[in-house]
Amino acid sequence: MLKIKNLHASVEDKEILRGINLEIKAGEVHAIMGPNGSGKSTLAAIIAGKEEFEITKGAVLLEGEDLEDLAPEERAHKGIFLSFQYPVEIPGVSVTNFIKTAINETRKGRGQEDMPANKMLKLLREKGELLEIDRKFLSRSLNEGFSGGEKKRMEIFQMAMLEPKLAILDETDSGLDIDALRIVANGVNKLRNKDNAIIVITHYQRLLEYIVPDFVHVLHNGKIVKSGGKELALELEEKGYDWLKQETVS
Amino acid sequence: MMDLKEKLVSSFLAFENNVDFEHPIHDIRAEALKNFEAKGFPTKKEEAWKYTSLNALQKKDFSIFPKQESILEYKNVKKYFLHEMDTYKIVFIDGVYSSYLSETTHDGVDICLMSSALTKPMYKQIIEVYFNKVASKDESLTTLNTAFSREGAYIYIPKNKVPKKPIEIVHFSTGNEAALMLQPRNLIIAEENTELQVIERHQSLTENEVFTNSVTEIFAAKNAIVDYYKVQNDSKTSSLIDNTYISQKSDSVVSVHTFSFGGKLTRNNLNFYQNGEHIDSILKGVTIIGEKQHVDHHTLVHHIEPNCESHQDYKGIFGEKATGVFNGKIIVDKIAQKTNAFQKNNNILMSDKATINSKPQLEIFADDVKCSHGCTIGQLDEEALFYLQSRGIPKKEARALLMYAFANNVLASVKIPELKTRINKLIANKLGVRLGFDL
Repeated sequence: MLKIKNLHASVEDKEILRGINLEIKAGEVHAIMGPNGSGKSTLAAIIAGKEEFEITKGAVLLEGEDLEDLAPEERAHKGIFLSFQYPVEIPGVSVTNFIKTAINETRKGRGQEDMPANKMLKLLREKGELLEIDRKFLSRSLNEGFSGGEKKRMEIFQMAMLEPKLAILDETDSGLDIDALRIVANGVNKLRNKDNAIIVITHYQRLLEYIVPDFVHVLHNGKIVKSGGKELALELEEKGYDWLKQETVS
Repeated sequence: MMDLKEKLVSSFLAFENNVDFEHPIHDIRAEALKNFEAKGFPTKKEEAWKYTSLNALQKKDFSIFPKQESILEYKNVKKYFLHEMDTYKIVFIDGVYSSYLSETTHDGVDICLMSSALTKPMYKQIIEVYFNKVASKDESLTTLNTAFSREGAYIYIPKNKVPKKPIEIVHFSTGNEAALMLQPRNLIIAEENTELQVIERHQSLTENEVFTNSVTEIFAAKNAIVDYYKVQNDSKTSSLIDNTYISQKSDSVVSVHTFSFGGKLTRNNLNFYQNGEHIDSILKGVTIIGEKQHVDHHTLVHHIEPNCESHQDYKGIFGEKATGVFNGKIIVDKIAQKTNAFQKNNNILMSDKATINSKPQLEIFADDVKCSHGCTIGQLDEEALFYLQSRGIPKKEARALLMYAFANNVLASVKIPELKTRINKLIANKLGVRLGFDL
């Protein structure tokens, strides 16, 4: 589904990604771990199309199509979803209205009609229950005055509503207490299926106890320095990142 | 050709022939004319007019008294009224009262015409108590209006009365004159324990030039609640100078919302005087303009007595070559202890060529007060734009949604739901996109 080939990227002439290779197939969950500043969030933002990053070499392909010239919204229309580490507050636009706009603009981008109102309501109810979202939240302004955990839950709620092919969860576990983490992880697990793929970006192994990955990659200095199965996350938890840093230096 | 000042001064004689010379207010008019004659139109040399020039207007050959009466069909102008609901209406066409389009009342409250109030004996006492009592006697444009004051809206709400519905004051100009100058004069008196809502609008129906110099005096007695909404969405050839003066007594709450979306040049001089305790004054504004439009908000809140509050919140979105001004003056007198005065002015510039001059002006003579002010000028938050785009919302719609969100909290205090919906739609329309949901 997603192929990243020798990806080099920089922001303001500073190179952040230095040759990343990664292939993600439908039905897979990949975890990307690494110390702060290793380039994890940059990788997520580049896949989603953030303009300030420049791809200097290599390519990102979604189902064989090079994404480089596509705007973020066009990537979203093709099924990419990024859950933000710091979701933005939108005062004056309710959760419901925001999601309606996102869904209908996405449908428009795909040449489809607006989603009928009754179907939208049904979907809002179903997915809201999945993430244990109080109905009162739906009429509140998006993320305004929400706790860190509530914001993250809203991100996964939007993911559930938009049903992306490829979801990237950028530090979704940060700021979550254990109950919220369980709800969010449970939601993500229910959304997993053979046709979609998920990239989980995290600093800690904790989230991966709940969302069990098929593959774990360790990013350091803009490169994937180690890949393995889910047991790699445990190894990292035990040893920290330092042994990897030394390994790459030597 | 005479310039506008000369023309106005010389036409005062003709004006006098058509009004009641003997009425005590005529002395007020004559005095006001003298002041205007001495001062003339303000120039950019004056601090208060540094960023707003009236030069171009003074070179136009405006008709001061429309030559012929015009008639408008309701169906053709319906959209300019808040027709979704029942309202009282005081309507003028080219400065002349239109009884056909109006709906006035004398049923317990007086919602009618200034010209009646100024001529009929039954109003004489109230006119003597209130007329020109809070309006400035030396600001030149206000005195110009006072000199020619004859027509406008007159609203008198006696103690403990509440009008059944909101009141719309609408001024149409039809383009019968190549260039028309209008000087409406409104007097609004809300006695003790009353509540009223007023919506004011100026609407030019053609591309012919219109210059309106309006003065409104509002008196809110003890416990009165007055909500005043100014909808400024006029054509690109219309200029408006709005001078509003508000005198509040104890425990009154007066709010003025100004929605500035249209017009060529708009200047709002909004002045609040707090003559009592436990008063709340609320000043809110949304400005969304583009092309070469100009909107200037000059506000004054004078805290004269202790234990009062004022809340100012002005938001501006400026595109293309539009220019904006916000000057917010707060005076807290020495005895006005425990004053809470808040002022916010946030602006977004959508183009490199748009400008905003924002200036708070605080003169605080009391020592136990809470005053805050903040002004911001910025572009739309790039991270927020990316967030919306990543959810499939195209850049143009994302910008609109963010601007809508930016302006929205000013609308939260609009008490008439039908008006709020209207303004919401005007904003969406002004931003030129469909928001993907019902407002």
